[in-house]
Amino acid sequence: MHAIYPLTLAALLFAVGVYGVLARRNAVAVLMAIELLLNAVNLNLVTFSSLLRDQYGMGQVFTIFLITVAAAETGLGLAIVLLLYRNRGTAAIDDARELGEDGALGLKRVPPQADGDGNGNADAANTATATAARTPKAVTK
Amino acid sequence: MSTLALWIPLLPLLSAAALAAVSLSGRGRRTVPALAVLPIAAAAVLTFVVLVGHGTGAATESRIRYAATGGPELWLGARVDGLAALIAVLVGVVATAVQLYSVSYMAHEERYTSYSALISLFTAAMLVVVYSTDLLVLLVGWEVMGACSYFLIGHHWERPEARGASIKAFLVTKFGDVPFLLGILFLAHGAGTFRVQPILQHAIQQGGHGYTAAGAILLIGGVMGKSAQVPLQTWLPDAMAGPTPISALIHAATMVAAGVYVVARLYPVFLVTPAALWILAIAATLTTVTAALSAFAQRDLKRILAYSTVSQLALMVAALAAGGRDAAVFHLMSHGGFKALLFLGAGVIIHKAGTGDVDELNTQDLRRKLPVTFITMTIGLAALAGVPPFSGFFSKESIAGAAYDTATHSGPTKSLLGLTPPAGIGWLVLVATLLTGFLTAAYALRTWLMLFGPLERGWFRSAVELSQRQPQAPAPSGVSMAEAEAKAETEVAPPTAADAAAGSEWALEALVAESIREKTAAEVAAAADASASAEAAKATKAKTKVRTGPEAPRAELLPLVVLAAVTTVFGFAGLNLGWFASWLGDADGNAYHAKAAEAGKLIQPADAYHLGPGLLSILLALLALALGLGVVLVAARAKPGTDPNHVLGFLRKPAFLGFRADDLQDAVVVRPTQAAADAVGFLDTEVVDAYVRGSGHAARLLGEGLRRIQTGNVQLYLTGVLTGVVVIAAALGFGR
Repeated sequence: MHAIYPLTLAALLFAVGVYGVLARRNAVAVLMAIELLLNAVNLNLVTFSSLLRDQYGMGQVFTIFLITVAAAETGLGLAIVLLLYRNRGTAAIDDARELGEDGALGLKRVPPQADGDGNGNADAANTATATAARTPKAVTK
Repeated sequence: MSTLALWIPLLPLLSAAALAAVSLSGRGRRTVPALAVLPIAAAAVLTFVVLVGHGTGAATESRIRYAATGGPELWLGARVDGLAALIAVLVGVVATAVQLYSVSYMAHEERYTSYSALISLFTAAMLVVVYSTDLLVLLVGWEVMGACSYFLIGHHWERPEARGASIKAFLVTKFGDVPFLLGILFLAHGAGTFRVQPILQHAIQQGGHGYTAAGAILLIGGVMGKSAQVPLQTWLPDAMAGPTPISALIHAATMVAAGVYVVARLYPVFLVTPAALWILAIAATLTTVTAALSAFAQRDLKRILAYSTVSQLALMVAALAAGGRDAAVFHLMSHGGFKALLFLGAGVIIHKAGTGDVDELNTQDLRRKLPVTFITMTIGLAALAGVPPFSGFFSKESIAGAAYDTATHSGPTKSLLGLTPPAGIGWLVLVATLLTGFLTAAYALRTWLMLFGPLERGWFRSAVELSQRQPQAPAPSGVSMAEAEAKAETEVAPPTAADAAAGSEWALEALVAESIREKTAAEVAAAADASASAEAAKATKAKTKVRTGPEAPRAELLPLVVLAAVTTVFGFAGLNLGWFASWLGDADGNAYHAKAAEAGKLIQPADAYHLGPGLLSILLALLALALGLGVVLVAARAKPGTDPNHVLGFLRKPAFLGFRADDLQDAVVVRPTQAAADAVGFLDTEVVDAYVRGSGHAARLLGEGLRRIQTGNVQLYLTGVLTGVVVIAAALGFGR
């Protein structure tokens, strides 16, 4: 079989994966897209291993290694997504923007005095981390 | 003897340390007078012992190696030759007199302890300068003196002019000390050591070129600074802002003498360098004449004495330039005595009268109020003027004699290392000496008349009093004469009011003198504050007794009497041919009689020294004296009721202002320095800092830009990463 077929397939898979990672909003879909990326790489590895007559089978070893790592990564990622969902009631990845800078594109600048109230509020448990993350920035600004 | 001399500076140093401890701990203030006076007096006695022990022998030296530097080594040591022994005695005596005087004079002062500690430290430093065998150690003493002088001039640091004067004194003398240090380094490099004796030998053997010549010329900078010669003379008159005993100690007898002393100590170095001698002679000639004129025109008693000091120091420098080392040192010692006397007397007068303005002093009948001060001040002023039995006459006459010998190459100057300064210097110095003698006699008599003048003859009523009195009573004959004179002089003024003319003249002078008067007033205020309660009590008790009250505490009068006695008899040391000079020794540190023995013949003292009075120089000196006294007497009679310095005519105002030397310094040094500082400041804030600020701004802008894309959206970041990867891959792929 000519090498162009698996390589093209890998490229397509990778492109789909990139699209998924960059464009999908759902965190689970993003994780799946990452799987696509990894598998595109895996396909490339075995293809080149075969194409280059890899004497020690390094490409295939790496592939197996990658599959293992990808399984672990997916497990970890799903756990994070689960926590995200439990905390926020949504798994939309572009809503989790607490680490953004004030005044960045598409984010409202947080007025400094607004933080003063939020700090003392005990009931805002799910926004406490967000507020805590923002407060020092507002001060340093 | 040099071993003893090695330890003498420690006594005042210990005194200073003890006083500093008292000052810092605030306890034991009652011991301060003893701590201040006794060690200094002991040191003075020891300097006498050293002088007597040294006798007329050759220079001796004892030294301890202080630091092995790998290059020229540093030695702590004393080199006692006749010069050092004599000057040390002067320092010891004057310092003792000043400490004793200060016990009562400064007793009411808040900072008497630190003041006396500084005087002790100053004395120690001066003794180090005098005895040191190593030029670098000498420089240490020299600079410590500068620092002490700074502190002592600024003793009344509450007053702005005292602060200004102290900073000015420090900066101006430091300005001269920079070339001084370089000169020492040059000499040491030439001779391979900092010790005095090898440097002298090197100069004598190698002659005045190379490092010796450069060193001699550079040393002059320090001499001009410390001894207040043109163009660095301006600090000394301003230094009168310090307490009066300080003026006596530092600015008359010791510190300013250090410059002259260093030239005398390193005399062969200068003698082999005619260029250095010329510089000294020209600067000294300018200084001595202008300062004498300025002294003539001053109104403040201390400033008169200050300018007189500048003038007399210049006379010594001139004598050194003309080869008259013995004459210069002789004058240095006699001047140290009578100038200290004059300053201490001025202190008594200022305390008693509450002013230093001679125009006001002449209305106060000081002669009757202060009989002891009157007699001693008269002796001091007579010595200053050069009236025969007193020391000043002999020393000035010897300077004239030395200058004459050099000018005609007739005299024994040839025996001094076989070198004679150029004849031109001799003539220059001779003329300067005689002119200064004339002026000195004039201003000394004028000062005496202003202080103690015969009031009853109506000579010296102040012009203010005259102008107030004139409109009412028909003028007495003397006053009408003054009126006529004033009319003749000021034709522009309306002739109806001659008193107004006199008044306007007065107003001009008053305007000029404003700063001085302020200074005086402040001083008076300070003095008055100190003794206000006592004075007030005394005054209310018995107003009639004020006149007959005690004139001053004994501790103040005793130094006056002692110094006056010294001034009276010291001059006779110069009468005995060669006596003083054989004690002084030759410039290269050898005794004269040893040299004579070496040469296998007897050098007659009269051949070797200038100090024996010569007929011609006596006549010239007396002529200058008589002319000076005569001019002032004639002037005083011609215009009764006015200051005799009106004979200066158009020179009076510039002379009063010190010939605007301050403005010259301002224009040449101060303003260019300030302009340069401004330029540097501009460059710093506007150019250098622009880059610094620019980098800050750039970083901030970059940060702002980056902040804009920190949205917190992970996918945006990943897009950026991907774009970067694509760009890099494309660059690598297509760049190949």
